[in-house]
Amino acid sequence: MEEVPGIGLKSSEMYSLIGLLEDRPKARYDFSAGPTVSKFLLGLKEGKILGKKCPRCGRIFVPPRSYCEWCHVATSEWVEVPQTGIIHTAVVSYISAKRQRLEKPEVVGIVRLDVPGYRDKEYEFAGLFHRICIDPKLVVTGEAIGMRVKVRWKPKEERKASILDIECFEPVR
Amino acid sequence: MRPNIFVKDRVAIVGAGITKFMRRSLETPRELAWEAASQALESAGLTLKDIDCVVTGSAPDTFDGVHFKGEYIADGSGGISKPITRVYVGGGTGVFIPDAGFWHVASGLCKKVLVLGEEKMSPAHPHPQYVFKYIWDPILERPLEPNLIWIFAMEMRRYMAKCGAQKEDIALVSVKNKRNALDHPSALIPANITVEDVLNSELLVWPVNLLDISPVTDGAVALVMTSEDVARRLTDTPVWVDGIGFTLENQHWYNRELSFPRYLNYAARMAYKMAGIERPWKEIDVAEPYDPFDYKELHHIEGLMLARPCEAWKLVKEGYFNRDGELPTSPSGGLLGVGNPIAAAGVMKVAELYWQLRYEAGKRQVKKAVHKAVANAWGDLMQAGTVIVLSN
Repeated sequence: MEEVPGIGLKSSEMYSLIGLLEDRPKARYDFSAGPTVSKFLLGLKEGKILGKKCPRCGRIFVPPRSYCEWCHVATSEWVEVPQTGIIHTAVVSYISAKRQRLEKPEVVGIVRLDVPGYRDKEYEFAGLFHRICIDPKLVVTGEAIGMRVKVRWKPKEERKASILDIECFEPVR
Repeated sequence: MRPNIFVKDRVAIVGAGITKFMRRSLETPRELAWEAASQALESAGLTLKDIDCVVTGSAPDTFDGVHFKGEYIADGSGGISKPITRVYVGGGTGVFIPDAGFWHVASGLCKKVLVLGEEKMSPAHPHPQYVFKYIWDPILERPLEPNLIWIFAMEMRRYMAKCGAQKEDIALVSVKNKRNALDHPSALIPANITVEDVLNSELLVWPVNLLDISPVTDGAVALVMTSEDVARRLTDTPVWVDGIGFTLENQHWYNRELSFPRYLNYAARMAYKMAGIERPWKEIDVAEPYDPFDYKELHHIEGLMLARPCEAWKLVKEGYFNRDGELPTSPSGGLLGVGNPIAAAGVMKVAELYWQLRYEAGKRQVKKAVHKAVANAWGDLMQAGTVIVLSN
């Protein structure tokens, strides 16, 4: 098996192909958040982080779910959870969603929230994925990992019941 | 989880075919599928008339830009007027296709199955990256305008923090795989590079640089899988499928520890149990762990229990996973070197093990004697684990 089939093109050749057709789908979507996440988003508007508890195993899910995926029963009780936690992991992005260079790098990561009922090194935890307002250097040195952070809210009048009502997570001082 | 290990027919792989892996191919997706399928049939000494069932796989339709991709590539895959199935678990599809081929044969439903993975990522431009936007949760994740590389960078950063690995340790995987790919006739980006080249390549999302990642690729790979009686008639050296495994995690990737791939570990345990392997780190001779990113190979080596958690990066430094090492991994060159046409890449890994176990890999043949091999693929938001265990 020395010769394999296939004709590779250069990028210039790609756009002068015979029969080339350019198409851009014009689909629009309106997504519903569902009853449980809708209430969570309304909580963000009020400056609260809400979790939901499974009546059988007692796990508190943040973000909340309508059902417990392990026990497969409906979650019941709403719980307001602390707005503090530690950084599980964080990275510095130099590119946008469309893979263009960003002028100012952005730090994003996962925050493990201080929600009761989870053991210290448990595989699962309650947490959020969001921007983190810290110096990118701390990510590179590793000081960011395990750092204590809290929610920085947007001003109340700017909140729209969206995940972006949280501006970012910032270090606890 | 109690997989039934008493299968009706033992399953063998008896042929493989592959196209060149290209950044942009002139061939259409169905032509790529036909090239790989016809080559696989020829290598097995069969024609399409002999095939009972066809299993195909391809990743999101948005890459090729054609919906019903299973149906679209069906004729090229040889599936017309035959029972044909398309399976799909994101990047995990690659190994899931032969997994599905296995249960077609093992159940006794089909005797001779053509399995095929195809992917043409190049039509989406300026960059297929943006297509990945649609894998994120529309309410809680998409407003943050995530880039796909973020999630890998987060996982890599967590692995580094938990295991004490540095970027230069992890870059060694990229160096090894791109070097291995120099001997692969399909390879897209084989190269002799150094750790410095990786560290100095374009920084995308710290800690991920350009050379830490596999490229956008077009290509197709096919295998022929048959029952034992058919395989014995066709060849003296069939490669047996000893075990398969596949499991799925939930989509809440930011609600779990990222340093160890549990999604893969469960699938691996299922496959090893079926194969009767109790100590994979001793019993497996050669492996093709899924390596779309360099740290991902280490992650998967640990998930496959070929090294202890957090120890794979130390073993890479010792040359343990080199082609002449104790446990060669990605002797093909992997996704980092040969290329990553998503669904086809996993099948390429299984095809490589097929050639290795038949001692037909030519310059890529590993130095040691080989008896048992394992490949895996992973897909979606740190979710799907698919595993296959082979022997000769």
